[in-house]
Amino acid sequence: MKIVVTVKLVPDTNADKRIDPASKRLVRTGVETVLNPFDEYAIEAALQLKDKAGEGTTVTVVTMAPESGKEVVRKALAMGCDDAVLLSDDGLAGSDVWGTAYALAAAIKKSGFDLVVCGTQSTDAITGELPGALAEFLGVPGLTYVRKVELNGTTLAAERETDNGYLKVSCPLPALISVTKSIGEARYPSLKGIMGAKKKTIAPLTLADLALDAPVGSVGAKTEVLALAQPPAREKGKVVHVADGAEGARAIVDFLKEKKLI
Amino acid sequence: MDFHFTDEQKAIQSLCREFARDEVKPRAEEMDASAAFPYDLVKKMAALGLMGLPFPEEYGGSGADTVSYALAVMEIARADASTAITLAAHVSLGSMPFYLFGTEAQKQKYLVPLARGEMLWGFGLTEPQAGSDAGGTRTRAELRDGRWTVNGTKAFITNSGTDITGGTTITAITGHDERGRPEISNLAVEQATPGFTRAKTYRKMGWRASDTRELSFADAEVPEDALLGRRGDGLKQFLQILDGGRISVAALSVGLAMGAFDESLAYAQARHQFGKPISKFQAIQFKLADMLCQIEHAKLMVLKAAWEKDRGEDFVMSASLAKLFSGEMSHRVVNEAVQIHGGYGFMDEYPVSRMYRDQKINEIGEGTNEIQRLVICRLMGL
Ligand SMILES: Cc1cc2nc3c(=O)[nH]c(=O)nc-3n(C[C@H](O)[C@H](O)[C@H](O)COP(=O)(O)OP(=O)(O)OC[C@H]3O[C@@H](n4cnc5c(N)ncnc54)[C@H](O)[C@@H]3O)c2cc1C
Ligand SMILES: Cc1cc2nc3c(=O)[nH]c(=O)nc-3n(C[C@H](O)[C@H](O)[C@H](O)COP(=O)(O)OP(=O)(O)OC[C@H]3O[C@@H](n4cnc5c(N)ncnc54)[C@H](O)[C@@H]3O)c2cc1C
Repeated sequence: MKIVVTVKLVPDTNADKRIDPASKRLVRTGVETVLNPFDEYAIEAALQLKDKAGEGTTVTVVTMAPESGKEVVRKALAMGCDDAVLLSDDGLAGSDVWGTAYALAAAIKKSGFDLVVCGTQSTDAITGELPGALAEFLGVPGLTYVRKVELNGTTLAAERETDNGYLKVSCPLPALISVTKSIGEARYPSLKGIMGAKKKTIAPLTLADLALDAPVGSVGAKTEVLALAQPPAREKGKVVHVADGAEGARAIVDFLKEKKLI
Repeated sequence: MDFHFTDEQKAIQSLCREFARDEVKPRAEEMDASAAFPYDLVKKMAALGLMGLPFPEEYGGSGADTVSYALAVMEIARADASTAITLAAHVSLGSMPFYLFGTEAQKQKYLVPLARGEMLWGFGLTEPQAGSDAGGTRTRAELRDGRWTVNGTKAFITNSGTDITGGTTITAITGHDERGRPEISNLAVEQATPGFTRAKTYRKMGWRASDTRELSFADAEVPEDALLGRRGDGLKQFLQILDGGRISVAALSVGLAMGAFDESLAYAQARHQFGKPISKFQAIQFKLADMLCQIEHAKLMVLKAAWEKDRGEDFVMSASLAKLFSGEMSHRVVNEAVQIHGGYGFMDEYPVSRMYRDQKINEIGEGTNEIQRLVICRLMGL
């Protein structure tokens, strides 16, 4: 059984993010790169499946990122993933969701897979669209927002989170899922994992290795970022002066009703 | 010269930082108040491989270097000194003698479970009447019919009485040379030994959640092969252990000061007086600059000593200098940290008040400031 986890490398979530007005891309220099926090849950889900399945199940990390991302990929290996594929090429710069999914699908097909596990979203571009697009390019069932997953032979059973509950679904393998936080806290890498990570393979992959039929990178992008704007500053909180607790409670209830929260 | 950490060192540092922030820090105040030993945190540190950090994998350790060890202790101490000393004493004092002086059988029996963090072990040098003058040991062990009979008392022994402590390695007089000078040897005494008892934990000013006890030996009998290392080398071996131990206590001091600095920086920006954050007053800014400067100074000293040790060079002078400077540095830094907090810094619910109490032992344990100066002067040839 071969599980592939897709991880994105993102600027440190605590750092101030800046967009370069000319290229309309995120400025990544001078900011520490980390594993997309949502992808730590994807790694956790894959490792849980591996722990349960035991011998013969491997977890491969696949990422499309600059070569400098190697060190961050090692963290995923230290957590317990077996090996990694780092897809890196200047020609990939400026890829949109379509291009990213297209190139990643080719890389994943090349390495082979029974199950692909994605995070639900990145913390930088946050489109949350990649898992769906990737399933499409891979030509396999895609179950997004999974909170619980089980493998029975060649069938996958999952619970998909919805706004007001969850759906029980199943599909045959090979398949793709994206997992939510509910899958469980991501484990810490152990020291043994850290010391062992340097012995694990991070296989480099370039566009030449993929021999894609369609252009990717900024040339192949189907979307164009036209403008970027700061979100409006949060409005000041409303202060209500009341005579007593009863009136205060009523004011709060009225406010919540007005917002259709109750 | 290269100031870059290796990938592993960076990864271990960031793992410990995350672990300390998420698992240790939230517990620190309650642990200090209840003085309850953190069994769960020891278990978690064991699962991460921290309890056997520098020992080879074949003995259940993680095979990391001394620089990583110093970084790990710093990060844990940044969150809580009690947890940090539990780790540091376990690695540098409890386990290290087996690694350095143990026979293969002793390593298998003791070092393996210690490195896995399944068991703790004490290092029993200090006695009520023999502190700085560690050679003044009065505990005796007599070899009769293939068994040692131990009599005496040890004071202030860390990790010696927890539910998972396996025993304590002690110094004891095992004879006298032809000139009548005592011959001191090390014996590994298991917890279940009849005649070996532990008092309740001391009530302490700081390091309150760490386990520190007085040990008594009344005709406590241990087998002949409880001897650790060479007969007569006991004091020499323990002093060698303390050379390495200084790196970890120094790292603990640096970590504690880093924690006090973190708190102070955040507090100074949040606390308003005279219509602005107190961090806008130059008097407070300069304190913060001085704190950071001193922390950086001490940190470099600790890392240099650790680096020398990793390279197999003589690190004794560097470790002593680092221990002395870091201990006194942490005193100045926690003092300013409380000062920056004003009256709130005197309140239990602010971490700096605990750090202020936790700091003092850094200038006493594993060689007082005065003894550290003596060691340095001796190394200078004075
Ligand atoms: C500010 C900004 C705005 C953007 N706007 C758009 C836009 O409107 N339309 C558009 O098409 N593109 C856009 N992009 C480009 C987009 O960031 C990339 O195509 C990206 O690789 C995929 O989108 P995402 O980060 O939103 O991923 P998401 O769909 O949010 O991520 C979901 C999961 O997909 C996986 N994943 C995502 N990226 C990678 C990767 N590089 N390698 C491996 N796994 C990955 C991870 O498992 C992740 O958890 C934008 C980029 C930026 C910086
Ligand atoms: C919380 C805690 C944990 C500890 N854990 C351990 C442990 O795990 N194992 C262990 O063996 N010990 C342990 N100790 C003991 C510690 O190492 C000793 O307390 C320390 O070495 C000092 O010894 P002392 O307390 O007897 O002080 P003393 O030696 O009595 O010193 C009193 C004062 O006299 C000064 N002084 C002494 N001799 C000289 C001299 N020649 N010149 C100048 N000044 C001098 C000292 O610097 C000090 O200021 C621990 C202590 C504490 C408080």
